[in-house]
Amino acid sequence: MTENGWFQIALFFLLIVLIARPLGIYMADVFERRKTFLDPLLVPVERALYKLTGVEADKEMRWTEYGIAMLFFSVVSMLVLYLIERIQHWLPWNPQHLPNVPAVLALNTAASFTTNTNWQSYVPETTMTYLTQMAGLAYHNFASAAVGMALAIAMVRGISRREQNTLGNFWVDVTRAILWVLLPISIVFALALVSQGVVQNLRPYDTAHLLESQKVVSQDASGKSTTQAITTQTIAQGPVASQEAIKMLGTNGGGFFNTNSAHPFENPTPFSNLLEMLAIFAISAGLTVTMGRMTNSPRHGWAVFAAMAILFLGGITTAYWAEAQGNPLMHGVAQQASATQAGGNMEGKEVRFGIANSALFATVTTDASCGAVNGMHDSFTPLGGMVPLVNIMLGEIIFGGVGAGLYGMLIFVILSVFIAGLMVGRTPEYLGKKIEAYDVKMAMLYVLVFPLLILGFTGVTVLLPHLGLSSLANAGPHGLSEILYAFTSAAGNNGSAFAGLNANTNYYNLTLSMVMLSGRFLMIVPMLAVAGNLARKKIAPASAGTFPVTTPLFTILLTGVIVIVGALTFFPALTLGPILEHLLMYAGKTF
Amino acid sequence: MRKQFITACLYTLVTTVLLGLGYPLAVTVLAHFLMPAKANGELIAKNGVLVGSQLIGQPFTGPGYFNSRPSAAGTGYDAANSSGSNLGPTNATLIARVEQSVQSWKAREVENPNGSTDVPVDLVTTSGSGLDPDITVAAAEYQVASVAQARGLPTDQVKHLVQAHIEPRQFGILGEPRVNVLELNLALDVLAADRK
Repeated sequence: MTENGWFQIALFFLLIVLIARPLGIYMADVFERRKTFLDPLLVPVERALYKLTGVEADKEMRWTEYGIAMLFFSVVSMLVLYLIERIQHWLPWNPQHLPNVPAVLALNTAASFTTNTNWQSYVPETTMTYLTQMAGLAYHNFASAAVGMALAIAMVRGISRREQNTLGNFWVDVTRAILWVLLPISIVFALALVSQGVVQNLRPYDTAHLLESQKVVSQDASGKSTTQAITTQTIAQGPVASQEAIKMLGTNGGGFFNTNSAHPFENPTPFSNLLEMLAIFAISAGLTVTMGRMTNSPRHGWAVFAAMAILFLGGITTAYWAEAQGNPLMHGVAQQASATQAGGNMEGKEVRFGIANSALFATVTTDASCGAVNGMHDSFTPLGGMVPLVNIMLGEIIFGGVGAGLYGMLIFVILSVFIAGLMVGRTPEYLGKKIEAYDVKMAMLYVLVFPLLILGFTGVTVLLPHLGLSSLANAGPHGLSEILYAFTSAAGNNGSAFAGLNANTNYYNLTLSMVMLSGRFLMIVPMLAVAGNLARKKIAPASAGTFPVTTPLFTILLTGVIVIVGALTFFPALTLGPILEHLLMYAGKTF
Repeated sequence: MRKQFITACLYTLVTTVLLGLGYPLAVTVLAHFLMPAKANGELIAKNGVLVGSQLIGQPFTGPGYFNSRPSAAGTGYDAANSSGSNLGPTNATLIARVEQSVQSWKAREVENPNGSTDVPVDLVTTSGSGLDPDITVAAAEYQVASVAQARGLPTDQVKHLVQAHIEPRQFGILGEPRVNVLELNLALDVLAADRK
């Protein structure tokens, strides 16, 4: 660990705090349809869009209508993506003449991008055409992020409205999220990325002549070795910057290239790396401020922000420490940090990022449900790799996915208020609303679906040698971690991976599709039900017995509830995976 | 219900045109207008022949060049097939591979300038992308003596070449100091040619 490393981490966090307030206030204006500086440009586009698609912008929706519109949009756009993948060979912008995507893989990818997961079972540069990347995958980066934001705003309206049956109009919320927030920031951000060297073109792959030609010796199955001379390097190209921008901003995380933000064309410099990390947290951090504004309780927004910040700081400290220790099994290797190298565990990490920025990126991308990576999580030390895993297990609420992070966190807020009510023996209240049996049942449903998916599917998979275990790249406790990470990432709609696991098999493509879809939609329904029910309630004036949700005490209780729920559920699995591997590594054992 | 479904279909269609085609194509046009070299990958040509990209690493394994890091992308630095090794920290294959790399570096009888015999960690580990264009300053300095010997160049000159190619932290703060291997080796070729 170095002083500069800590400084870079502190700088990142400071910038997030500074971005959250202005962006949050702006988003509150956008969703409450107040005037903003972009109106002269965007209002005509908005009107035209409603006219073309038959949206009645002034019609309010009940929670069921809101949910149905959301489901229709998700299903239709998912089918369109599936179709594009299946016929991409015949469509334009396919300079590498790539074939159509096989059915099961296309299904997995469609589910993955519709649910904002961006789990990738494929190698993009050899699988997806430029058109599929732009109109299929990057399109869903916008759509799924806007849907998440709309749902979060619906939840906030549920809290702030009194004695009303409706939560707003789904199409209006999605449209305003896209036009006022995602699109303008993406255009500026994409150009900033190009200035750092992120490519943006539609040309065929380039062929470079190597300075030093290479001889590669390979052995076939019969043990006969052949020597191959390599004199050229094929360099994959593409419209990367435009996709990269929304991939980070919408916490999607699906890389244009196989190695995602570790690839120099996706993330060429430390500055592009900083911008990408800021983009992951920006909207989710801002939404806590938006929530505070819309519920007329700005301090409640900051209390929620503080709980997220505590969990983030805990994660990054652990990850940075663990990765800086290096790997004790490597001998004769200089792993100490010095003036001329960052040291530490450099397997799977890029030199320009070193240890601090790799650990920070891994923490940020899994706190939010982004899933982009700038280093390979599979090659992290056991405890360093456990941090991303635990971040997802806590429910993707440490800032979380755009929108999804906030509504997930608000479910935990309701649970915290409920538990506080039990402790003092009064009916729990949240910002003046009584929290009753129905709300708590729905909140518990939301909380329980998640571990059921992760532990259920992991449990079944480890019992299937041919379908489950044959895909493993690593043996021993690390193998369990690979499978556990895959289903955790899918259920949390994160999309990062312990990528050694070969997930491009029928078994994994199908089970992970199911988990991704369930992890999104089975959790949205109870959340919307809570929102709809809260909107109907009266607001009671605060009394001496009301538990305030704006104090440090509340922040501590909320953090405690999140950690205890997560730990009780997942600690046994973690013991058998990363914790056991850590102990065995220091005992000198390999697998 | 039916009306919502029709809206969903139309909305998908219209926004796909706007966000899936309009947005990326507009960014492409803007990028090519403002920063054409960057939008195309900062390609390097030597005597009219494309020799690589400033951003994408290349394999260098012989004694006459500064070596790049080991790579897990295809047969090594396959820029159409980026990949990390994804080997876990307790994987026996990883530990054996590192051990072999350490032995082959020690066999070159290179001397670590800071006195220890340990090999800088980035020279024995694969990068995340398999295309890492950089090595650490420690790794470049570690190779100075052996490259100078193989090329028949004075050690001081090669040392100066490395010093001139150190890229400091961006804005003095961000990332880690590093040396771009392809650029360093291109400069090394120029230096060697000048002496003849």
